[in-house]
Amino acid sequence: MTDPTPLASPVNEANIDAPANAVSSAKTVTPMQLGFLGWLRWFWRQLTSMRIALLLLLLLALASIPGSILPQRGAAPLKVKEYLATHETLGPILDRFGLFDVFAAPWFAAVYLLLFISLTGCVLPRSLQHMRTARARPPAAPRNLSRLPLHRAFETEPTEQANSTISDAESYLKRKRWRVDVDHDGHWVAAEKGHLREVGNLLFHIALLCLLVAVGVGNLFGFKGQVIVREGHGFSNQVTQYDTFSAGRLVDASSLPPFSVRLDDFSASYETEGSQKGAPREFSATATVIDEPGSKPRTEEIEVNAPLVTNGTKVFLLGHGYAPHFVITDKRGQVVFDDSVVFLPQDGNFTSTGVIKAPDSIPQLGFQGVFTPTAPVDSSQGPRSIFPASEDPAVFLAGYKGDLGLDTGTAQSVYSLDTTNLTQVGLKALRPGESWVLPNGLGTLKFTGVIEYGSFVVARDPGKEAALVAMMAAIGGLVLSLFVRRRRMWVRVSATGDGRTLVEVAGLARAEAPGLGVEVDELAEHLQMASAASVRVLVEESGGDSDEESVVGHEPPSSGADAAELDLSQST
Amino acid sequence: MNVSGSQTLVQYSNALVYAAMIAYAAAMVAFAASFAARREPTAAAVEAEATQRSQSVGAVATISPPTVHAKTDRVSQPGDRAANIAMSLTWLATLSLLGGVVLRGVWAGRAPWGNMYEFSITAALAVSVVFLTMSVRTDVRWLGLFIVAPVLLTLGLAVTVLYNDTAQLVPALKSYWLLIHVSAAVISGGAFTVGAAFTTLYLIKSRVEDREAAGVDPGRWSGVAQRVPSATRLDTLAYRTFVFVFPLWTFAVVAGAIWAENAWGRYWGWDPKETWAFITWVVFAGYLHARATAGWSGRRAAIIALVGFGCFLFNYFGVNIWITGLHSYAGR
Ligand code: HEM
Repeated sequence: MTDPTPLASPVNEANIDAPANAVSSAKTVTPMQLGFLGWLRWFWRQLTSMRIALLLLLLLALASIPGSILPQRGAAPLKVKEYLATHETLGPILDRFGLFDVFAAPWFAAVYLLLFISLTGCVLPRSLQHMRTARARPPAAPRNLSRLPLHRAFETEPTEQANSTISDAESYLKRKRWRVDVDHDGHWVAAEKGHLREVGNLLFHIALLCLLVAVGVGNLFGFKGQVIVREGHGFSNQVTQYDTFSAGRLVDASSLPPFSVRLDDFSASYETEGSQKGAPREFSATATVIDEPGSKPRTEEIEVNAPLVTNGTKVFLLGHGYAPHFVITDKRGQVVFDDSVVFLPQDGNFTSTGVIKAPDSIPQLGFQGVFTPTAPVDSSQGPRSIFPASEDPAVFLAGYKGDLGLDTGTAQSVYSLDTTNLTQVGLKALRPGESWVLPNGLGTLKFTGVIEYGSFVVARDPGKEAALVAMMAAIGGLVLSLFVRRRRMWVRVSATGDGRTLVEVAGLARAEAPGLGVEVDELAEHLQMASAASVRVLVEESGGDSDEESVVGHEPPSSGADAAELDLSQST
Repeated sequence: MNVSGSQTLVQYSNALVYAAMIAYAAAMVAFAASFAARREPTAAAVEAEATQRSQSVGAVATISPPTVHAKTDRVSQPGDRAANIAMSLTWLATLSLLGGVVLRGVWAGRAPWGNMYEFSITAALAVSVVFLTMSVRTDVRWLGLFIVAPVLLTLGLAVTVLYNDTAQLVPALKSYWLLIHVSAAVISGGAFTVGAAFTTLYLIKSRVEDREAAGVDPGRWSGVAQRVPSATRLDTLAYRTFVFVFPLWTFAVVAGAIWAENAWGRYWGWDPKETWAFITWVVFAGYLHARATAGWSGRRAAIIALVGFGCFLFNYFGVNIWITGLHSYAGR
């Protein structure tokens, strides 16, 4: 680059390091007179300008809003279906624009990808330039130190004092880890500090890039499965065992970590009184884990917030419910069904619905049921549980006979009963141990009891540690870039006309630097002490020294000839 | 949990919260009186005083330690007495509120952040603490009215609409990440509020200043503008507040992500609460950018900051009330 200016720089009066021509370079080029390359250049300049970065940031915020207001496929696929069903015209239009999957929509990706391209094109050149200036010597003292916003001066008696004052200042500043430069003739010291600010800014933005990569890695190499496990049952980590399963494009779904988990016991407790009666308090699943085929089984407690870890994969407890157990005998006297059935909770008190299918019975039998862990005392309101724990369980069943429709080949949900080819045979409420003798000698159904089940998420995200490290680095970078101030100090000694020595200390910061006034004061004080003897305090100018008066985003008071000297971006 | 001994604890906690409200109300009256009496010295007056001071120092003098602190330079103001009373009352109220929040935690046997009532009293506490911390080093008494009023409003909402007397948490909230995540978020909330107060006043003041400079009638806001520091100063204060809060908010979001990973198996799932935390974060990043962008510093940046604060508030109230998600602490 012949032009030392990074292609785009923040353009602001507050920016010491914004090259002065940044605005003009962006403005003087009109794309009209340019060829293809010129166009590209122009486009790149626009894209990497601070203004476009800002607009893209605001656009990103705006683009996220629909994702929080409309139901999203990833989180609530059923709600999306519901929405589509109730909004017949609007729904499909929204769907076409990906508004039910905002965070995977191409236009959303376009916004953040542009933002990250802009970031790379902006921050990298800028920090390269800073690396260069960081190694340069601090710029020489401006001609007239008294014009700087922070300025202290005092006089000392003998002229010989001059040299020792300069070396005092030099060692003092070096001790305080300023980068120091002394002029050949020993008239001034220049010092600079705070390059960490730029390091921080760079670190922050690069960390964000790393975060994006980490998220991408997680998406490509991670997987997530959901499974419902009844007490006494288990599952192994294979795609076919999950109720829903999603994996990144680069995951070999046939070679997932080969662990298996068995749910031995599930327990839940609830608030028993007060306005929050029934609110969940404690869930816990006791599970037996086999990390690999052949390894020793171990027993683990899985709780909300305390997942099981095996093979780099985590097993989380998300929810739970009830699985009533039924035994069905058909009219031939054969047991055609003997199992517990998962019922899905519908409300906070675990009123649950489920379906029992006995395809082997003759004729085929099916039941729709509502399960209530604590049945209402007065069931005139319909079957609605009054407490989530299994204190007085009951099922309310509707029985059907006929063709369950399982042989048609189309997959059927285990949670719904297709009643088109079925005829209802009756309704019945049962408590544990009770049987329902079906009419017309169809057989019997016995409600033998109820067990619990847990629903688990099994997830692996190989990018998550990297994402965490990236965010930690980002926070570190932020703190540096927001709290470190780039600042300069100068000390100059000069002869006054009358044989004495004038010592001046001055400081300059680009943006507000609340501490700089104190630093200048301390240096001045130190030098005064050092040159002990007779000292006369001269002008005690105050500029941006106090908390009250320092100013953000405003140029230090300067004018005309001094402006160049005051521009901290100038490096020697 | 509902043994009678612990019931008294929660009663003490409530009493302290009510006491705090009374003290805040009194402080608000005193702040209002002080604010009404205030006149910010005009720029010319400040300059005159400064010249006078430097002349009295003279060209040559004995060494006076060149320490300059904000408060020593303060120009005395009409209304100072009322402001001092108001500050004392605010300290008192805040201590009482602190007691209320702590007792609440002791009663529940956990961090007092399990439902919206508890969040609200803690948020009110955070706003006051941020304000008082600031007041130790800088004279921000003139801001008191704009701090105490929203604090009182929040407490009022908390004790009436949001009150909730359960000690126990839903299982998803049982995690020490709750402590870390929520404390960072609550302190951020306090600082966001203080920053938003500065920013609002900045917008008013800078408009009035511009109109005055243009010789136009400054309009009906000049009454407020006369009583607050210069636009530049307000802008600085707002910036400092947001610069403090941005990394903290970033941390709060990250801590939330860690917690989510622990509880739900993914660190980020675009749940509405997460989405709005992200939006708030991005908007404030936009604010910091705007300050470094030509033509966007000043009023436009200030408006972006207020939009960011709006997003923060929406996340706290709006999402809890209107949008359902996994973050189930809203209480039933
Ligand atoms: C993912 C999107 C981005 C986020 C969240 C973000 C966030 C931030 C934040 C919070 C700051 C203030 C902290 C500091 O001063 O270091 C900042 C500063 C800065 N950003 Fe970004 N940024 C993003 C993208 C960009 C892009 C695309 C550019 C370039 C066009 C850019 C250029 C800068 C520059 C130059 C500064 C320093 C401003 C100053 O000196 O005060 N950033 N950014």
